[in-house]
Amino acid sequence: MQNLLEVRNLRKDFHTKKGLLQAVNDITFDVRRGETLGIVGESGCGKSTTGRAVLRLVEPTSGEIRFDGQDILAYSARKMREARKDMQIIFQDPFASLNPRLSISQIIAEPFDVYRMYGPGERAQRVLELMRTVGLSNKLVNAFPHELDGGRRQRVGVARALALNPKFIVCDEPVSALDVSIQAQILNLIQDLQQKLDLTYMFISHDLSVVKHISNRVAVMYLGKIVELTTSRKIFTNPLHPYTQALLSAIPLPKVGAEKRRRIILEGDVPSPINPPTGCIFCGRCPFVMVKCRETPPPIVEAEPDHFVSCYLL
Amino acid sequence: MAERLLEIENLRVEYHTDDGVVTAVDNLKLHLNKGQTLGLVGETGAGKTTTALSIMRLVPAPPGRIVSGTVRFRDEDLLKKRIDDIKKIRGNKISMIFQDPMTSLNPVLTIGFQIEEAVMLHQGLDRKAARRRAAEMLRLVGIPAEREGDYPHEFSGGMRQRVGIAMALSCNPELLIADEPTTALDVTIQAQVLELMKRLREQFSTSMLLITHDLGVVAEVCDHVAIMYAGTIVEYADVTTLFTNPRHPYTRGLFGSIPSLDEEVTRLKPITGLMPDPTALPSGCRFHPRCPMAGEICSSRIPQVTELDNDHSVHCMIYEGLVPGYEE
Ligand SMILES: Nc1ncnc2c1ncn2[C@@H]1O[C@H](COP(=O)(O)OP(=O)(O)O)[C@@H](O)[C@H]1O
Ligand SMILES: Nc1ncnc2c1ncn2[C@@H]1O[C@H](COP(=O)(O)OP(=O)(O)O)[C@@H](O)[C@H]1O
Ligand SMILES: [Mg+2]
Ligand SMILES: [Mg+2]
Repeated sequence: MQNLLEVRNLRKDFHTKKGLLQAVNDITFDVRRGETLGIVGESGCGKSTTGRAVLRLVEPTSGEIRFDGQDILAYSARKMREARKDMQIIFQDPFASLNPRLSISQIIAEPFDVYRMYGPGERAQRVLELMRTVGLSNKLVNAFPHELDGGRRQRVGVARALALNPKFIVCDEPVSALDVSIQAQILNLIQDLQQKLDLTYMFISHDLSVVKHISNRVAVMYLGKIVELTTSRKIFTNPLHPYTQALLSAIPLPKVGAEKRRRIILEGDVPSPINPPTGCIFCGRCPFVMVKCRETPPPIVEAEPDHFVSCYLL
Repeated sequence: MAERLLEIENLRVEYHTDDGVVTAVDNLKLHLNKGQTLGLVGETGAGKTTTALSIMRLVPAPPGRIVSGTVRFRDEDLLKKRIDDIKKIRGNKISMIFQDPMTSLNPVLTIGFQIEEAVMLHQGLDRKAARRRAAEMLRLVGIPAEREGDYPHEFSGGMRQRVGIAMALSCNPELLIADEPTTALDVTIQAQVLELMKRLREQFSTSMLLITHDLGVVAEVCDHVAIMYAGTIVEYADVTTLFTNPRHPYTRGLFGSIPSLDEEVTRLKPITGLMPDPTALPSGCRFHPRCPMAGEICSSRIPQVTELDNDHSVHCMIYEGLVPGYEE
């Protein structure tokens, strides 16, 4: 089977004081075995909620999630815990996600406690092996998170995610808090591990350059929806959704004298997911908006092979 | 020759902390010509904000202390001026926008009122004229007139940064210091704010020191760039030269670390190693432990500036002929 993860019509609503917030609003996608699927979009568009929902770290409101062919939404809590050995997550802020009172070795070994794996000697061996895998010096086994810089803390987060030999890892903005020189080290590590350990990734970031660099395919999200999904090459060479085009054109390229790109400056801010627009969710800011865009949401169409877009212009 | 607006020499700033003395800025030399926009680029902890705060004499003391140096603004050394005189310059001839505009805005006063107060104080306008000026500035940054009576927290991040810009430009400063003004914003909002800054810079012919860690923003907005590492400037050039012919190994390392949007690069070439511990900076060249080109001398000798052609300077022993360089 080609797809490791299949997500159909996924929704996640939050009940807030201001009303029903549609954080993830009916999205459908697959993650193919061995690939990296990038999820990109601006803050609040639902990337993290999507990443958590597919691991059932937040309970989806509705939809289907199949992992390795199994309907994991039907799993009991116990069965789900077992399944999570195969499905891990790395977070943006390695500091907030590491218990400050535990040493590095305790943090990396924590999953072994949860799953009652390995005797003490074996466990120490496995921790050292994991530290080597992620490029952490063995001298740091007894160090605490606050003694490490952001890059090494993120390596600890990666080691912990790898502890149970998962098949699939959701990487939620894993390099967004890091400076560029350290970010590049972690991106290379994430790529190397994929090769070495046959991992499948869902890679979430607000930074389109990072997502494009690391992903095979990219899904662009806006206000809880996927507006475009295609290969990372096509997302750059042939973006079809007006939002993707605006997003790309807004990114300042670290280059001089490159031919002038047409810059699309979007007006206004992203609307609230509490009362999203009826019709196309992008209609309020779209430079090409038409009457029907405000009335009915556009369907998702396959504009060319492996290129899905939700827009009436196509 | 272009007219110098700002010239910093020999600046050294320390913070005395429980963990020891942090030399945040050391031996820093930098200049900005009138009408220019200079990008000051470096990673977290490089000393960018401390440099900006030193110009404004806003380094928090304690723990901070400006140990030595000169900051010449037109023909006066700002570090020698009395603090009363500095206060007249702040917000007037030199103003600053911050990454988080809330730091420069009072949360309990309406935005219109705050701008009015600033122009009354610095430009001696009466209330009526100040109100007109505030309204005009808000219009310029694209904030509708009916929102003048709103409080800072009622605005989104992007709108707040517009208010910060309106405030900073309301007294028509000669120098605008912008410290990571778009770092906290989403990219489409960043594009709006950068566009606005470029337009207003033209309109007011303001010179600008733009602090950022984003080389894309530099390429987009600046005409000169200074690359900062561990408290000091390692390379300075006009934008075209720096992007087409970077010389310092750190600058080259930065370019190798950025994922490219428009080229197929399968693997990044990161700088190895970690940022140095600010309380125990490496001896000699601060970059030598991470430098792929480092020779023996780099750990013991501090590199001197080498002036290459057309206002391009680099602090690296390669260009002093003391270490073998790149094969080109
Ligand atoms: N636990 C929660 N309760 C209420 N609202 C939430 C919760 N988590 C996320 N949201 C809201 O859901 C939307 C999507 O959030 P998120 O998935 O974190 O976006 P992203 O990761 O793309 O920035 C946002 O409007 C956010 O405020
Ligand atoms: N108030 C402070 N007290 C102690 N150390 C400080 C203070 N402000 C900055 N520093 C230290 O000074 C160095 C330079 O910081 P900063 O100027 O903020 O750098 P940048 O703006 O480039 O990130 C860092 O090591 C930082 O930890
Ligand atoms: Mg998120
Ligand atoms: Mg700073």
